[in-house]
Formats: sequence, C-alpha cells, structure tokens
Amino acid sequence: MRTGRLTTSLLFLYALLVLFLLYVPIFAVGFASISKARYLSFPIKRYATKWYGEALESSTVADLATTSLAIALIVTLVSVFVGFFGALAFARYRWRHRTLFQKLVLLPVFFPQTVLGLALLMWFNAIGIVPSWKTAIVAHLVWIAPIATLIIAIRAYSFDPALEDAARDLGCTHLQILREITLPLLAPGMVSAALFAFLLSWGNFPLSLFTTGADSTLPEWLYAKMVSGYSPMVPTLGILSVAGSALVIAIALTGSSIITILKRRRSVTNG
Amino acid sequence: MSKSSGNRESRLGLLNALPMAALLALGFVAPLLVVAAFSIMPEKSFSLMHVPDFSAYREFVAQGYWRSLFWSLALAAATTLILFVLCWPLAFAMVRVFTRFTLIITVAVVVTLFVSENIRLFGWALTLMKGGMIEGTLRAWTGTGFDGLLYNVPVIVFGLVYVYLPFMLFPLAQGIAMVPADARHAAADLGATRWQVFREIELPLAAPGILVGSLLTFVLAAGAVAESKLLGGQAVIVISDDVETAFTYGQNWPLGSALSMVLIVIVAILATYALARLDLDRVMGRAGA
Repeated sequence: MRTGRLTTSLLFLYALLVLFLLYVPIFAVGFASISKARYLSFPIKRYATKWYGEALESSTVADLATTSLAIALIVTLVSVFVGFFGALAFARYRWRHRTLFQKLVLLPVFFPQTVLGLALLMWFNAIGIVPSWKTAIVAHLVWIAPIATLIIAIRAYSFDPALEDAARDLGCTHLQILREITLPLLAPGMVSAALFAFLLSWGNFPLSLFTTGADSTLPEWLYAKMVSGYSPMVPTLGILSVAGSALVIAIALTGSSIITILKRRRSVTNG
Repeated sequence: MSKSSGNRESRLGLLNALPMAALLALGFVAPLLVVAAFSIMPEKSFSLMHVPDFSAYREFVAQGYWRSLFWSLALAAATTLILFVLCWPLAFAMVRVFTRFTLIITVAVVVTLFVSENIRLFGWALTLMKGGMIEGTLRAWTGTGFDGLLYNVPVIVFGLVYVYLPFMLFPLAQGIAMVPADARHAAADLGATRWQVFREIELPLAAPGILVGSLLTFVLAAGAVAESKLLGGQAVIVISDDVETAFTYGQNWPLGSALSMVLIVIVAILATYALARLDLDRVMGRAGA
C-alpha cells in the first residue's frame, strides 16, 4: 500500500502550513518589538530599535534575566544528576517496584502546573519557608527532573547490559563501571536532557508564578504586564527571551557537531 | 539471570531511584497532602490548626464553581478531539511518508516548546486583535476592517489547540511507529479499504500513543489558564482562573484548595486509568531502538 504522489504533496503542504502557523505569533511579537509607537497597531508605520536599547540598559531587565538564568542553571544541573540515576532505575535495572516508580515519575508531567505551584506555595508556608527564587527551583525540578529522566531513559533502553557484566567479570568495581561504561553510554541522552531542562526552566511561567515570592523571573514579568498595565517593553523582552533560548540551542548544536567531527577524525586516524 | 545478579539489580534499582523518589516525595506528594488538608479547613484560614468543616466544598456547589469546572473540561475535551484529527495525518506522514523532512518538522515543533507559552499566546493576541496583524493589514489594503477575532470561546479553543499540539503530535507519531508495516500490507493485500486499514489495524495497534497523547492534552488543557486570559478576555472563567483568584484576591486558601482538589481528583482518575493500561517499556523502548 503506497502513498500516491498527490497525497504525498498534499501532506507536505499540510505540514508546511502547520509549521507556518506555529511560528506566526513569534513573528508578530518580532514585528511589534521594532515598532516605534508606544501603543501598538498594525500595519507598523515607523520602525525603531529604541526599545531594545532601553531594555538592555534597564536594571530591572538585568535582574529578571539574572534570576531566570540562575534558576535555569541550577535546575539543569540537578535534573541531569537526578535524571541519570532515575533513568537507570526506570529502564536498566529489573527491580521490584520498577513499574510503580515509572508511573510516579510520569505523574508530575501529567499535572496542571499552576496547581502544582500553588500546592508548593502552601507546603512551603506550612513548613515555614519564605518563598524566593530558591523555592522556584524546587517547583521547576518537580516538573523538569521527570522529563530529564524520561529523555535519559530512552537512551538507557537501547543499552546492552552485557557491557556492564563483561566489565564486572574483568574485575571492575561498581564505581569504575559507572564511570567507564554507563556514563559515556548515557552521555548523549544527558546532553539532550540538559538542553531540555535549561530551556523549559528558562521559559516556564506557570510554576514560577506562585513560588518566587518577592523575586520575579522574565516570563513572570511578561505575564504580569500582558494581563494588566501593558508596556511597550513586552514584545522587546519577549524577543530577547526567545533570543536567549535560540543562543543556547545554537551553542548546543555547534558543540555537538564539533564533537561528532572530532570523533570521526580520531576514529579515522586510529583505524 | 542468576540469583545473585537478580539481588544486585534489585538493590541497584532501589538505590538509583532514591534521589528522584526523595524529590517527588518532598516536592510533589507532600504538597498535595497539604492541599488536601487545607481544602477541609474553615473559610479563610491560613494554618492547618483548625477543626475541619468541609465548608469550602459546600461553596463549590453553592457558588456555582462547578460551572468553571464544566467549561475547563469541555474546552479540554474539544481541544483533545480537534488535536487528534489535526495531528493524525501529520504524524502518519512523519512516520510513513516523509524521510528527511520528518527531522525538520520534529526540530521545528520542539523549538516552539522552548518559547514561553505566554509569549506565543501574546503573539496570537497581536495577530488577531482589532488593529492587529490580520485586521490592521487588511484595513490598510482594502479600507474596510472588522472587529478583532479575540474574546470568544472558539479563540480559546484555538489557543489551546495551538499550545498543546506537540503533546498530541509526538505520542501519536510514536504510536503509529508501533504499527508493523506488514500488518498494514497484509490487510491491504486481503482487500481492505484505506478506511478499514485505519479502523481495524492502525487505530488499535497505535492505541498506546493515542492514549498518551489524549491524556496529556486533556489534562494539560483542563488545567490551563493563560489561553482563556490572554485570548479569551472574560468570555469564560476556567477552573484554574477561579483557583488563582481564590488564592490572590480572595485570600481564601481553603476554597482555592478545594477547587484544586476537584481538578486533582479528576486528573488522578484519568491518569491512573490510562497509565494502568500502558506498558512503558514497550512504548519507550521502541523509541530508543
């Protein structure tokens, strides 16, 4: 049963349309960010980059970006650490409560984030912790560490246990096996997980909304301004936040292609 | 597997699960217990040192909060159904028709996930509002405009469909990839029509993917609030909106907790039902192979 040429081209056009629609709003924000007028209306008559200049000089913006960055970096490190071991328990080892553990890991992903944030706010209040950007890290972790675990677990599934057994038979300690076999094999999954963790934390707002206390992240500030008291900085900061994500993706892609090239070279010179 | 290696594996499994289990016990299970405890406290209490009176649940019925719950569930159901219909052809094409283009689609869709959802919804507001990208441009060209397309129920569904598309698309594609090509060919050789192949072969064999995709979209859409706020104006109040109001303006934690509990219980029932029918090793193992 082949798919005909007409169907193939229709499906191709359909896919292009979906991709186009996915990016329409990001372009709209982009246009708005370079409009000169204080109150936006399309078609844009005069363009200016002055909002970018103001945003880059503003100390509020610097504070927001620093808070978001600090949260995202810590969330990334902890998620990859927890996710590495979590993925081994999820996919590699056969143990008694494995299916229960798998379902527990999935639950937070299937959970409304705003409600999770509120639940954490009440929990911190009950145990006497004042919410700040540090408590937001916990909120992000509850949602992002399971996602990191799932990404690393996909890698752990395709992993041949015989490699570890062979190393053990040759006299390796558990720590040596972990360092020499398991870690390098899971490394690509860990890199993707780190990328996902960073970007999901950087852009997240429902979890931050109730858990940052007096501090504020970039997406939180944007939401507050969108809902009440519009500022011409909203599109500008929106685009700057997107540019931040794009930069991280670009660095990750360049890094991984450099590593691939280096590996290929090494295997050519060795072989 | 020898007995000693079985013992070692069960010890290692437990040991490796510990960090995640601790995180979820302290950051997920404990907070939910606190919500449950607050939901039975008397009105406007800020500590758990009161005699439970369940008054918040009476208010849920008396004050008509079930209406927002109904809206949230109806919007989520519509979103799930529309997304299934929209994503099936695309997921099918990604698995069975396209070759290199599949990678491009995957990357392009994943990248949108990294843009804060409120920025993307704000972009749609800029596109659809009066004087926005569509209406403003049309008026400049033709001289006649129309009222903006915002602030109604269909635009909320549109926003939900837009935001949650990846959560349906990727599980569906995974599900379709689990249908063996041989089964489809055999059915076609035996004279099945395209529709019969879809209904008798693909739909049942791709069921795990359909289940995960539908559950994810339904649950996330039921708890969503930004779509109705940024695109829908005050057209509809959804349950998460009521929860937020109860905590912020209302300063009524027990009411907010009770409203959350109703949503949490519905989500938990659906998730338990679906996850019990799912063999994660099979669904995820294939992805890595």
